Amino acid sequence: MPILQPLGRAFLIFLAAAGRLTLFAANAVSHCLRPPLYPRLILRQMIEIGYYSLPVVGLTAIFTGMVLALQSYTGFARFSAESAIPNVVIVSITRELGPVLAGLMVAGRVGAAMAAEIGTMRVTEQIDALDTLATNPFKYLIAPRLIAGLTMLPLLVLVADIIGVFGGYVVSIYKLGFNPATYMENTLDFMETQDVVSGLVKAAVFGFLITLMGCYHGYRSRGGAQGVGAATTNAVVSASILILCSNYFITELFFAK
Amino acid sequence: MTVAEPNPPKIRVRNLHKSFGDKHVLKGLDLDVGASESVVVIGGSGTGKSVLLKCILGLLVPEEGSIEVDGEEVVGMSGRDLERIRRKFGMLFQNAALFDSLPVWENVAFGLTQGEGVGRAEAKEIALAKLAAVGLGPEVGELWPAELSGGMRKRVGLARAIATEPEIIFFDEPTTGLDPIMGDVINDLIVTCVHELGATALSITHDMASARKIANRIAMLFDGRIIWAGPVAEVDSSDNLYVDQFIHGRAEGPIKMEVRAL
Repeated sequence: MPILQPLGRAFLIFLAAAGRLTLFAANAVSHCLRPPLYPRLILRQMIEIGYYSLPVVGLTAIFTGMVLALQSYTGFARFSAESAIPNVVIVSITRELGPVLAGLMVAGRVGAAMAAEIGTMRVTEQIDALDTLATNPFKYLIAPRLIAGLTMLPLLVLVADIIGVFGGYVVSIYKLGFNPATYMENTLDFMETQDVVSGLVKAAVFGFLITLMGCYHGYRSRGGAQGVGAATTNAVVSASILILCSNYFITELFFAK
Repeated sequence: MTVAEPNPPKIRVRNLHKSFGDKHVLKGLDLDVGASESVVVIGGSGTGKSVLLKCILGLLVPEEGSIEVDGEEVVGMSGRDLERIRRKFGMLFQNAALFDSLPVWENVAFGLTQGEGVGRAEAKEIALAKLAAVGLGPEVGELWPAELSGGMRKRVGLARAIATEPEIIFFDEPTTGLDPIMGDVINDLIVTCVHELGATALSITHDMASARKIANRIAMLFDGRIIWAGPVAEVDSSDNLYVDQFIHGRAEGPIKMEVRAL
């Protein structure tokens, strides 16, 4: 059947890609666990991923918190439930918006840069050069990035949580006329350990996915500038989609009854 | 030791096959490189010269055939064994393949600091000595690869290839992209460095001036096989139409260039 042929071919291509990615991830993770590690390189990546993403993540968080307060006010005012705003802000930020938006922003910033850097190293034979100098590229290039992504994203999200809640606070106090003390009290009352922890677990998973996609697509890029461009796009798109998918499943794991 | 006993080859390649998709690049290639010998593989662009080097280094895995380095089979090797074999090699890449993220001296010292665990201070000293050996001053060591000209990059690449004093050095088109004078400077450096280290050298090039200068023996790669091999002095009297066409750079002859993609 000529109709089934392309379908089957596409399916096989998909399976091959999934297999390649799994092998790549397994290899990368095994190099994260086995010494020698490169502390200097890990630190450099931590600064690159964690510290330099602070402005982007901070801006995202503060405006998200602000708009969240504003929007829920217009909604809740219709049935006089304005007092629920601190609750809505803290729960949405810690559970969902903090990790997901920070993850997406970092995917755009770090995932793209990573794919471009490793992709350029691939097409200019720098990765071959690493191999010939008896240095495993997984150990030298990929493991430090994965470790940094896994550890830095939770810290970034913690900062995003605080800034996001602060954004909601600012709008509620100065624009919507809430009492600062009551607002803070309500916020702290509604803050649940599980909400924050689930957000941080998500962040760690997202950090892993972002760096994995950046490294994977960069490592496999072919054919000069165009190949590197395609790798960059693929890294950001696949990381973003994986973030949104895994977000659902982690949420289900934590909160589904 | 009897005179008749030939030296065992440092590198022995037998019946090597490698394809990419439908494209069969190497079709049963045989090649021997003796210890302390300098062999240059010549051949047109896209005939698989680089593929040959990458197969020997284990960067590409051939479909069929055997590659022995010092009598050890390399094909199918992985992990620590492969790393151990690779420590015997140094390689000068076509565009030098310097690490952009490291200053020049760390590039040169890379094999020492990462591969062999030499301390940074000592490695830097060695790196600067190697840079001096290729005619670059210590101030170049502090520059970044992006700040170097093509000729300087090649020299730094050469310094990196010899830094660990390898037994075998590969040169991938050492003079491509350089002006003839700088090309000759690089050729001289290659000859000197290989001679001083007593290393075995395998180079690939399509630059005949370079091949004549650095080779003891020349091998011609065409259609996935070595079609002619002999001492450099015999290359002009090979009576091989393919070799003649190549060394004189004629468009007419048995080698047809595929100008149009098939």
